[in-house]
Amino acid sequence: MSGIQLDRLSKHFGSVAAVDEVTLQIQDGEFFALLGPSGCGKTTTLRMIAGLEKATAGTIKIGDRDVTTLAPRERDIAMVFQDYALYPHMNLLDNIGYPLKVRGIPRAELQQRVTEAAQSLGIDHLLNRRPAQLSGGQQQRAAVARAIVHHAQVFLFDEPLSNLDAKLRVEARGFLKHLQRQVGVTTVYVTHDQAEAMALADHIAIMEQGKVVQMGPPLEVYHRPRTTFVASFLGSPPMNLLRGQLDLAARQVRVNNAAISLEQFRGWDRLVEHAQQNVNVVMGIRPEHLTIAQHEIPQSLTGEVYAIQPLGAESLVIVQIKGEPVSVRLFTDDTPQFSGRVWLAPDLQRVFFYHPDGELIA
Amino acid sequence: MKRIKHLLGEAAYYIFILVVMAFFGLPLLWLVLTPFNARATLAVEIPQPFTLDNFQQVLNNTFAVRALVQNNMIIAVGAMLGVTLIATLSAYALSRARVPGSSQLTYILILFSSVVTGTAAMVPIFLIIFNLGLIDTYLGVIVVFIGGLLPAAIFIMRDFVEGIPRSYEESALVAGAAPSRVFLDVALPLIRPGMMVIAIWSFVQAWGSFLIPFILLRSPERMPASIAVYSFYTEAGTPNITLVAAYSLLYAIPVVILYLFVNWRYGFRFFGGIKR
Ligand SMILES: Nc1ncnc2c1ncn2[C@@H]1O[C@H](COP(=O)(O)OP(=O)(O)OP(=O)(O)O)[C@@H](O)[C@H]1O
Ligand SMILES: [Mg+2]
Repeated sequence: MSGIQLDRLSKHFGSVAAVDEVTLQIQDGEFFALLGPSGCGKTTTLRMIAGLEKATAGTIKIGDRDVTTLAPRERDIAMVFQDYALYPHMNLLDNIGYPLKVRGIPRAELQQRVTEAAQSLGIDHLLNRRPAQLSGGQQQRAAVARAIVHHAQVFLFDEPLSNLDAKLRVEARGFLKHLQRQVGVTTVYVTHDQAEAMALADHIAIMEQGKVVQMGPPLEVYHRPRTTFVASFLGSPPMNLLRGQLDLAARQVRVNNAAISLEQFRGWDRLVEHAQQNVNVVMGIRPEHLTIAQHEIPQSLTGEVYAIQPLGAESLVIVQIKGEPVSVRLFTDDTPQFSGRVWLAPDLQRVFFYHPDGELIA
Repeated sequence: MKRIKHLLGEAAYYIFILVVMAFFGLPLLWLVLTPFNARATLAVEIPQPFTLDNFQQVLNNTFAVRALVQNNMIIAVGAMLGVTLIATLSAYALSRARVPGSSQLTYILILFSSVVTGTAAMVPIFLIIFNLGLIDTYLGVIVVFIGGLLPAAIFIMRDFVEGIPRSYEESALVAGAAPSRVFLDVALPLIRPGMMVIAIWSFVQAWGSFLIPFILLRSPERMPASIAVYSFYTEAGTPNITLVAAYSLLYAIPVVILYLFVNWRYGFRFFGGIKR
């Protein structure tokens, strides 16, 4: 087992930089998620680690070995593809056993190891079926079984759950994490589903247009997004972002004609520094850090209730402030009873201010 | 009223189908029935009196029999093997290797396919084969067939290979297989249905051809069946209909058997396994 290091790794397709100088440290045995919107270069990064795509520049290390120019089969990795890629002309036994077969493992041992892997995923009763005779969830497990059967140093997953329905996906999430903890193999997991990445990973890296914009433990990234892009990508619904102007003299921020005092704000000094050049800021506040009231409260914004969505343990209230939707999360068992004009007070300890072009100020 | 109109429509539809079926079916029916008829006829009728004499006479014609079971077989099987093998390998390479300009190349290929076997190319083909010293050899005929059929075969195969997701081969590469092994274990089984189509198509093309062997072969003992069928014509050039029909039936049987065999053994279908 071993960690993975990417050093200024790039991939250009013609003039397009699909991956642009990505530097990452992935620790031995950890579950690492690459998260980002469609086309940001996640798959390309993963395929370079697998050796299916040649790096234009930069290096890849697995353990102490520089594998940048090695063929896939020399890297000792296992990969689960988004479409599973189970061979349609082989039954499940041969499919799962294929990595062992190419390593020249005798048939009896192969059968035993395949059965073990299949058992751990609950598909050992399906071994003589062809992929076409399996449900989507069973195919997905078979693909995972094929990845774990030869005890590779590294697991690579490219959106392995995106073809499952919502219920199966949550279930598969559970068994993937459990399995990874059991075998303790370094895992790189590509997804565009932020909930999946948060739920599974020890560390996540968020990519935007070929670059890693932020990396860290999921909760750290969630609680301190470094750019508005990251802020608007994590969380469901994501962070509310509102334009405002700083008023240094009054030590407050104006958002839609409401003035919120920043007397107690932790990062006032940095805001002052920013405001020397530019008084415009973007205020970011998570839906769970807003207090809502039907009557006027101090230090608040005001708007009209647009929609109320009860979700069980929590509810979402969407409020329109000057045409812009702002979400509020409430942890109540009952459907919240708000209507018409409401007031929203942000928790000033949890507010972030961003530069209009996206960088975190404080 | 509406109902009657609907019924009339149905009737017209079935009558149309019947006419089309008769147009294609009657010649086939004639081919199957006439060889068993003692009387020569161009009408489709139940053999009266029924006889196997025609086959007896055909089988006594050693020239015609050798043409069928030896010459035709060698030429058609040779062309089939050559075309299928080369088309598969080159289509695979064209589809999977990242060669600049490979798609333009394939489009030029279709253009060529219509030229090389066309009548206009007969003189140059004859000269090339003559200069290669391959006149009056099976090899000469087979080479010309391979050259003529290959462009279209590659084009069809490339489309077929293109339709197979690369992730099958990529997952085998990651699983630890060398590229040659990936081709044999994974790619080949997946493109086999396509290969079968190409094999049958090229076999049929070579099996039924007349012009190329007629031009490139000299000796009667190497002539294929399409030429040998003229031995059932009289000196005056009128066909002996019952014998021609019997010989034609024998001539058609291998193609039918080949089709049935491939369909039974491999099936002309693609078994999916990729989740789309
Ligand atoms: N073979 C290729 N040739 C040319 N461009 C490519 C190729 N593969 C990917 N790209 C481009 O590289 C960029 C990154 O693609 P990539 O597949 O890595 O995105 P992704 O983050 O995996 O997106 P998705 O979530 O949609 O899978 C995209 O702009 C894509 O168009
Ligand atoms: Mg992708």
